[in-house]
Amino acid sequence: MELICPAGTPAALRVAVEAGADAVYCGFRDETNARNFPGLNFNRDELRTAIRFAHQRGAKVLVAINTFPRAGALSLWHEAVRDAVEAEADALILADIGLLDYARRRYPKQRLHVSVQAAAANPDAIRFYTEMFGVRRVVLPRVLTVQEIAAITKETVCETEVFVFGGLCVMAEGRCSLSSYATGKSPNMQGVCSPASHVKYEARNGRIVSRLGDFTINAFEKDEPAGYPTLCKGRFATEHGAGYIFEEPVSLDAAVILPALRDAGVTALKIEGRQRSRAYIEGVVRSFRAALEALDAGMPVETAALARMAEGQTSTVGAYRKTWR
Amino acid sequence: MQLTLGPILYNWSPELWRDFYFRIADEAPVDTVVVGEVVCSKRLPFFAGHLPHVVERLASAGKSVLLGSLILPSLARERRQMAELAQADGMTVEVNDVTCLAHLQGRPHAIGPFVNVYNEATAAFLIRQGAQRICLPPELPLQSIRAIAAATPDTAIEVFAFGKVPLAISARCYHARIHKLSKDNCRFVCEQDPDGLTVDTLDGERFLSVNGVQTLSHTCANLIASAHELAAAGVRALRLSPQQCDMVAVAHTFKDVLDGRREAQSAIDVLEKIYPQALFADGFIHGIPGHVLATKGARSALGPGSDAVGSNGRFGS
Repeated sequence: MELICPAGTPAALRVAVEAGADAVYCGFRDETNARNFPGLNFNRDELRTAIRFAHQRGAKVLVAINTFPRAGALSLWHEAVRDAVEAEADALILADIGLLDYARRRYPKQRLHVSVQAAAANPDAIRFYTEMFGVRRVVLPRVLTVQEIAAITKETVCETEVFVFGGLCVMAEGRCSLSSYATGKSPNMQGVCSPASHVKYEARNGRIVSRLGDFTINAFEKDEPAGYPTLCKGRFATEHGAGYIFEEPVSLDAAVILPALRDAGVTALKIEGRQRSRAYIEGVVRSFRAALEALDAGMPVETAALARMAEGQTSTVGAYRKTWR
Repeated sequence: MQLTLGPILYNWSPELWRDFYFRIADEAPVDTVVVGEVVCSKRLPFFAGHLPHVVERLASAGKSVLLGSLILPSLARERRQMAELAQADGMTVEVNDVTCLAHLQGRPHAIGPFVNVYNEATAAFLIRQGAQRICLPPELPLQSIRAIAAATPDTAIEVFAFGKVPLAISARCYHARIHKLSKDNCRFVCEQDPDGLTVDTLDGERFLSVNGVQTLSHTCANLIASAHELAAAGVRALRLSPQQCDMVAVAHTFKDVLDGRREAQSAIDVLEKIYPQALFADGFIHGIPGHVLATKGARSALGPGSDAVGSNGRFGS
């Protein structure tokens, strides 16, 4: 299985390649990619240099242009596609149907992947993208069990890439407007979710209250670590009580099920976190490289080091073992 | 400008479901009605027996009837249902996921608000595949709506104009989770909340609504004040999404404004009486947070005169 690693900066890309990534994914410094955070991402020169660096070391670079282009402003996304192709990106990761159609017609030889933001969650949906746009790989949404993934790889000719570590969306990706409901900024349009620009922490009666836009997302006692107010991971109340209505503040760590993912026919394993530090990227990539080498050698997979790096130190194998079904 | 009644998103009792549509057929001035279960495939068997009668009654009343497809089909059974839906004779499908599109290429169909149509290029592609109507995603600002409508003059572009706004869909059922049940053994607890289960912040402020695997806004979209502006932008239909209020009266109120019989401000007052629990919002089309009400004069979640907030907040701060 290939190991696909995030890079929010050229330095992170170099670290990921040196640490054993088979491929690194990144995006341009604008609203064309779904991690449009301040201080992150690549300008055109940086991308060209980074791709040259990666190719010299046998690694690939996948460029994410995976927001949904703004009506009347398609040229920004078309230029991103052109510049990524000209920089010799190994694949483009796209979500929008119109942009997939454009890239297929304009650059028929370019390898295209379907972004997780397209939420292609079953073989029929994947077949739509392979037949219409000749896509070679689909990044699967984080809502499927290992058995469902195995069924998909059996039924389709398309390669599959699955998330194994990092942030965890509980809603179908690319089909969620919770962030724009609270802040006016959305993953689909602006490439941000629960953006830091709209986050506030307030001290109230000895507690720390985290706010997103005009809404309280969580409240913490003095001895509780105050987590980031990602909307779907907040504490809310209904007439049946208060708590984590949608999801606990956990992150994904699927290291323990790598053998099952391999047996399910998965092509590539993806680590989330283009917003993460170089040290984090290096640690996670090295651990997964070691885990994959152990897997290939028939040895037990060491997972303790990864568990320590999980967000909030609490991790889950997520939907891959659907305990809530 | 036409009116469309969107699909019932909630788990209503089968008799209520049937009678609702019979009354719509007889009394509501809507041109198009979308029927069928789009949120959770487990609900469909309850009203499936009534579906043919409802379709017939609506069609006899001159309504154009669309069959809505599931938003997030994943099980093998659900995929088979979508394939069958696409083959349904004499019926037009409203597609809410590309799963259904894979079966419909070249056949006339409608695109629902759950397919990501954010720009004119995607709209054009879908039209080439046979889409004749497109209801745009509710988070689109007017600027995008205008650009898409201008580029697709031969297609009926529709905008979500009334009802709690669908914001997210998940493989996981939050009604089941809140009731400490598994999804497969959910006991259909979502039927307890035919207008959605209100989710408050820890401050007791109304925020969201849970509807099984779907999450909606707590506020109710109300674009009646922008109806003429939307028409001028090339929008051909407004979608009214069923809530627990008199939807026939809602449709008449929208129709009155569209036909020039009533001013928008007066219509807002009427809608507040028809749906007294509702806090209206129209932020998305103004490109600001979706929960905000940009139009002055209506009851809003955060604006002045928002007496509904706090006074009925169960967890007051």
